[in-house]
Amino acid sequence: MADVVSAPSGADLELQALSKAFGDMVAVDSVDLVVPAGSFFALLGPSGCGKTTTLRMVAGLEHPTSGRIRIGTKDVTATRAFERPVNTVFQSYALFPHLTVLENVAFGLRRRGQADATASAMHALELVELAHTARRRPAQLSGGQQQRIALARAIVNRPAVLLLDEPLGALDLKLRRQMQVELKRIQTDVGLTFIHVTHDQEEAMTMADTVAVMNAGRIEQLGPPAQLYERPTTAFVANFLGQSNLLLGDVQSQADGVLSVAPRGGADRRPMLVRADRCAVTSGRILVGVRPEKLHLIAGDGTGPGDEDVPAYTNVVGPGVVVDVSFSGVSTQYLVDVPGAGQLTVFSQNIYDGAGHRPGDVVRAAWALPHSFGLPGDQDASAGREAV
Amino acid sequence: MSVAAAVTPPAVGAEAPGPRRAGRTPYLLLAPGLAVLAIFFVAPILVLFFTSLMVPVPGGDIGQFQPAFEVSNYTNAIREYWPIFVRSFGFGLLATVLALLIGYPLAYVIAVRCRSRPTLAQFMLVLVIAPFFTSFILRTIAWRQILADEGPVVSVMRALALLPSDGRLTATAFAVVAGLTYNFLPFMTLPIYASLERLDVRLIEAGQDLYAGPLTTFLRVTWPLSLPGVVAGTLLTFIPASGDYVNAALLGNPGTRMIGSIIDSQFFQVVDYPTAAALSFILMAVILVLVIVYIRRSGTEDLV
Repeated sequence: MADVVSAPSGADLELQALSKAFGDMVAVDSVDLVVPAGSFFALLGPSGCGKTTTLRMVAGLEHPTSGRIRIGTKDVTATRAFERPVNTVFQSYALFPHLTVLENVAFGLRRRGQADATASAMHALELVELAHTARRRPAQLSGGQQQRIALARAIVNRPAVLLLDEPLGALDLKLRRQMQVELKRIQTDVGLTFIHVTHDQEEAMTMADTVAVMNAGRIEQLGPPAQLYERPTTAFVANFLGQSNLLLGDVQSQADGVLSVAPRGGADRRPMLVRADRCAVTSGRILVGVRPEKLHLIAGDGTGPGDEDVPAYTNVVGPGVVVDVSFSGVSTQYLVDVPGAGQLTVFSQNIYDGAGHRPGDVVRAAWALPHSFGLPGDQDASAGREAV
Repeated sequence: MSVAAAVTPPAVGAEAPGPRRAGRTPYLLLAPGLAVLAIFFVAPILVLFFTSLMVPVPGGDIGQFQPAFEVSNYTNAIREYWPIFVRSFGFGLLATVLALLIGYPLAYVIAVRCRSRPTLAQFMLVLVIAPFFTSFILRTIAWRQILADEGPVVSVMRALALLPSDGRLTATAFAVVAGLTYNFLPFMTLPIYASLERLDVRLIEAGQDLYAGPLTTFLRVTWPLSLPGVVAGTLLTFIPASGDYVNAALLGNPGTRMIGSIIDSQFFQVVDYPTAAALSFILMAVILVLVIVYIRRSGTEDLV
């Protein structure tokens, strides 16, 4: 195992204006991307967003309509799949059914004429803790084991870039969580550049150093998972990566780096505050967003005694009516219908005694100023909500 | 106890027919098939076997034989006809190899290359099967026209000096092998198509992804996975082609006769039933041995 770990880490991957069209359908639309060597990079998006096509172009299984692909210092755009220092873990695993597990893992090494192919393949099997299955056929293994064999078959070649095409998609939830941890461990051990394609936003956030959210053939936003989550820059990212409450308003004024936004559909409502450095636009129409777990529900309609004592730098929306309560153990999800603002989703952690509000209760929703973010007001507030 | 004893027997009697009928059903369903096999396979084989050991009735007419245990029928048949056996299996092998060389690429194009265009694939499959709509004999006779001395093939080959100006194709070994190849091509193509049709193209992509070029991917992935179809196709071609007599009779000359033609003439012209029967048994035995060796070597025992 030692020689596997000490081998050089992967290489940079750079895509320049990469496009792919199938007839009239543009699957990948001028994607520019740099993935640094040794990083765990996730391409996240709904099905049909072009992420798998992008991956297949990097693998050499699909030829770009235009654009360049560079691995390390070498432009590989014109080379074919078997000439590229890239290996893929296929969604279906694509293990060779007529070969033993060991022969599957040794396949790439043998093609390159590596002398100690069998020994290296055994090391790779040890890395995925399946050395005891070496003599079996893939069909005799479980889905999770086949997945690990497919991974071993790819990493044993020490590719400059390792591509993972929804590698956990066929596994059940529990096994998937387990394999996420496993994959992350192996990536840290071998230090290769991993590019992981997935539609599972939780999977992408758990595993990747950097996540690129793709939509309709383009990269919507790219960054570390926490940044994408806390500071989405498009409505699609805000809705696809986790959930968001997006409220339409108009920027009224700016003071001390804080924008004051007048909510649409309610002149009597309090202005919403949002930090200018957390906004994609700082004037005109704006969507003020806040994550459901950042919201707190306050009982009452705000006219009772003492209700006006709202702390500074706190946003309050409402009053509204609780229309749905779903208790899930660790938290409760409320749907609050606020006239003029639409429905708000609120996650409340179960710190006290379960659900504190009932359907029909009149409540207001509050959140701290630093938690709001601002998106361009011309975007569809529901973009990416249904996409999975 | 007495009550139980009085009640139990009718209950058993009422239940018993159910399981017993279920136990018999598979055999009843098998019966027609077994009967057909017994009447049309086992019985003729036995009759043929006894015939192969008969001797002529002393002083009897031509075609009159009596039961005996004349093993020399076999040794005589082998001594006299072994070159014909060699030629038959040679022609059969040649036709099988040619059918594989033509049939495999054909099956590959239909099953793999045309996968994204199912209508085209189905159309091509119909073309493979279409010759079956016409009689085997008629199609072989048509080959006589195609290869005739005045026909287009001969004229072109003469013009290109591939054939001497007085060369011909009909009544040659070439014509016989061509006829065999043509007639058994669908039997080669269809089983290979069936195995390639199930081939997961992602395995080909995986091969390319793992540094195997197109040729290596074919040899290491596609070919081994299509081997069951190749074995089935070669058997379905080689066995009937080796025993065929229609092509030799219609497209060959006396020098290209195959064992099928000899058996045919021994039965119907010479009326030497024991020799004909002995030749049939030798043919069967040789084919059986060849097939068993072949299947063992190609490692597809599950076909047997």
